Amino acid sequence: MKEKLTSLWQKLFGDSVRAFGVVSFIFLVSLAVAPAKNYFSEWRHYQHGYLQMIRNRSDANTLQRHFRGGIQQIWLPEIDVVDRCTSCHVALKEASLADVPIQPFRPHPVIPHKLDQFGCTICHRGQGAATTVAEAHNSTLAWEQPILPARYIESSCGECHRGPLAGTPVLNRGRNMLSREGCVHCHTVKLPDGSTMKATDDPPSLSHIADKTTREWIFAWLKDPQAYASTATMPNFKLTDDDARDISAFLIANSTPAPGDTVALSAKPSTDPAAGASLYGESFCASCHAAQNAAGNLVGGDVGPELTRVGNKVKPEWLQAWLRNPRTYDAETAMPHYRFNDAQIATLSGFLLAKTDSDLLANVHLEAATPEQIAHGKRLVSDYGCASCHEIAGIKKPEAFAPELSHIGSKPIAQLIFLPGMPHTLPDYIAGKIKQPRAFSPGLKMPQYTFTPMQIDALTTALLSLNDRSNTLPPSLAVAAIPESNYEPAGKAGKLMNDLACFSCHRINGHGGDMAPDLTWEGSSVQREWLVRFLKNPGTLRPSLIRRMPRFNLTDSEANELTDYIMTVYQSPAVDRDSMPLSGYSPGQVELGKQLFYGKYACQACHIVDSNRDKGYIGPTLTQVGSRLTAAWIDQWMKDPQALRPGTTEPNRAMSDEDARALTAFLMSQKGAGKSEVARTKR
Amino acid sequence: MIRPSLTIVTLLAAVLATSCSHRASAPLPKPTAFGAAIVESSGGKQTAQTGSLLPQPVVVQLNDAQGNSVTGALVEFSAAPGVTFDPPNALTDSSGQVTTSVSLGGMAGRYQIVASTFDKSHKKIDLQLEEIALSYQQTLGRQLNNQYCDRCHNPESTVERVSNYDNLEVKPHPFTEGDSLNKISDADLTAIISHGGPALNKSALMPAWANTLSKSDIEALISYIRAVSDPPSREAGPVYAKN
Repeated sequence: MKEKLTSLWQKLFGDSVRAFGVVSFIFLVSLAVAPAKNYFSEWRHYQHGYLQMIRNRSDANTLQRHFRGGIQQIWLPEIDVVDRCTSCHVALKEASLADVPIQPFRPHPVIPHKLDQFGCTICHRGQGAATTVAEAHNSTLAWEQPILPARYIESSCGECHRGPLAGTPVLNRGRNMLSREGCVHCHTVKLPDGSTMKATDDPPSLSHIADKTTREWIFAWLKDPQAYASTATMPNFKLTDDDARDISAFLIANSTPAPGDTVALSAKPSTDPAAGASLYGESFCASCHAAQNAAGNLVGGDVGPELTRVGNKVKPEWLQAWLRNPRTYDAETAMPHYRFNDAQIATLSGFLLAKTDSDLLANVHLEAATPEQIAHGKRLVSDYGCASCHEIAGIKKPEAFAPELSHIGSKPIAQLIFLPGMPHTLPDYIAGKIKQPRAFSPGLKMPQYTFTPMQIDALTTALLSLNDRSNTLPPSLAVAAIPESNYEPAGKAGKLMNDLACFSCHRINGHGGDMAPDLTWEGSSVQREWLVRFLKNPGTLRPSLIRRMPRFNLTDSEANELTDYIMTVYQSPAVDRDSMPLSGYSPGQVELGKQLFYGKYACQACHIVDSNRDKGYIGPTLTQVGSRLTAAWIDQWMKDPQALRPGTTEPNRAMSDEDARALTAFLMSQKGAGKSEVARTKR
Repeated sequence: MIRPSLTIVTLLAAVLATSCSHRASAPLPKPTAFGAAIVESSGGKQTAQTGSLLPQPVVVQLNDAQGNSVTGALVEFSAAPGVTFDPPNALTDSSGQVTTSVSLGGMAGRYQIVASTFDKSHKKIDLQLEEIALSYQQTLGRQLNNQYCDRCHNPESTVERVSNYDNLEVKPHPFTEGDSLNKISDADLTAIISHGGPALNKSALMPAWANTLSKSDIEALISYIRAVSDPPSREAGPVYAKN
């Protein structure tokens, strides 16, 4: 062995000339390594492949002219972007390559931004400065920012766009869920604009819970909220029987009676299911509340709680008091104060109390609570942070109960603990944590939610958008959200509107729900007599709607008061209500309007004027529109509907003044078979 | 001399074995029965944004030669890279069905999904389904479609959303009607949407939208119409099949 080495040494470095030659050769080879590495680099391979691919295409010359060889770079110092992705992704701007199925040669799909102004990593994450496939797309030792999977891509839109966008349904849904599902009760989320995200759900106060329900129901609910109502927002805390027993014991013991929230049964709950169903129907309870029908399908809205098994939950005397005036028990409730009479309350409460599930409480048998159990229950209520969501007398709302999520989208991977077998990326961690929080550690307090995979994707997307970039973005680049206004109607009518919970469904001056029409300019739109009639006995304007305005059983003076307020305050500066008369248009003009309606503008596609002939099912029925709307409103609406009601489906036909006037004349002649018609013939 | 090399070999083998076992996916469940045909129960022809979950799971049913459902047969799902299935394989349940949720790949276009099983003689039986992944622009188009077009152009009625299709004297084209829509150029579609049916001597029941929708809105709508047409439009982009 040793001999062999010695002879080799002799051969290579035996004399000085030979040694010089060998050393020079080694030196030359090592010098050649760098250019060779460059020559065999991945990006060169892809550029070569691209040129081969385009050679046989019909537009080869154009494509070749656009092609730039070598390392390409997009440099945007203002937003800290150095992206070399275009070195391999050479055809991002070549729309004609849309049929190419392989990367990195696909053109970029159409988006509202220019690649030169944004680069790639702003949206896709990954390492912009890298020049190899692995370093650019995956996390490496030096860089840990991998490419963002396409399913979460909308999170990047949310870094700059703070409000909802038409093109980002997933992000919008996720952001709504953070508020709507109560996440932000426990987790603080400070938004980049300095505001703190507010919860939009309304967890009930538990201070008077014993008036409302029984300890047995609380126990069953705590054990499995979704067994009571599949749509329940309350998550499952996976409590043991003993813990649920003690918490229910504490909540009942801690509850104090609230004056007026129960009534001595004014009438026995009626047992006539048909009458109950029809009152439930005509009060449009289903606009807000869902309930399972005979076929097992949930029917109804999601503003209020599901009522499928409400008879298992509420005490009859509480339910009757609630139906009489829900604000006695909960001043802030979204439920309107229907002015039901005693007979109606008996009918409706009987109907609701019959909605039971005999299995729900069948196996719940609780002994009388001991003081130890109650004390233990109190401790559990503090430990689990129940007061983060619910008001509970004697227990303070905990501060910063759960980790703050304002920067969760930039959390370093080194700080995360992954489950075995889980890909080591931040999105997988967040999604996994939402899916099964307790899997990460049995001691965690975060409860189990029943989100669908799509909801988990949406929440993950929204959380990923809360990152360092969104928090440090120059304000000039951010697109602010339109904040919800805190508009409140004034005076006696304002009190009435809050009592009727108008804002649960209607929006006025940027405040309120979106289930029903925006009423900001209702006073310019409708005629006084119609509004009074409508408030007293609402009908539907659109044949295809199942959710409608309920009848609140208003007195004459209430209906008049509300109408006066709406007619005076909700006036559009663009419409002068008195500028056009409600009737008295010439027959010629009416006839011209009719021709325009059925001919040039084909309004019958969506509207019904003559119910024997027209079938349009989308817009409001117009058979009585002449008794409903003001002429000035119709005239203005014809010229630009979106100016009066942004987002309305009616197309803007940019009508001339003459056409608009003629159509107004025709529509104002549609007085229907209502009172005004009778009145006119009498005159 | 022999001992160290032996140790190295054992070590190497151990490392290789562990790395291989990491790579191998969970073992396939063992089928207790075999079917003769796979049919689609539901979940084909759905649209979703690129990379995201289909709104409804894909459900396929396995039948024997007589057309009766088969329980306990193995069904595997596969598709182009980027498409994921949860679960990727399963045994048919008591009604002969397998349900899987599908996430589409990151590139817009059509994805072919293959559900396969083996019959008694170990011959492979395939069922191909097609799903559509929408780009950003197409998603925007879908949203505009839902707001402005769908009520008339989609004949399907639901309780929440009653279709106006049947009420119209001249029936509009459903956007999936590729046979007729693929023949209309982008320029003509733009003209009809912008200026209404009469612009191309078609029904006046189709109103003009040029003052309501922006130019890019109309482009987005057309890109959506191209994406969902059946048979596929040439402009709809590539079909991602399993290679």
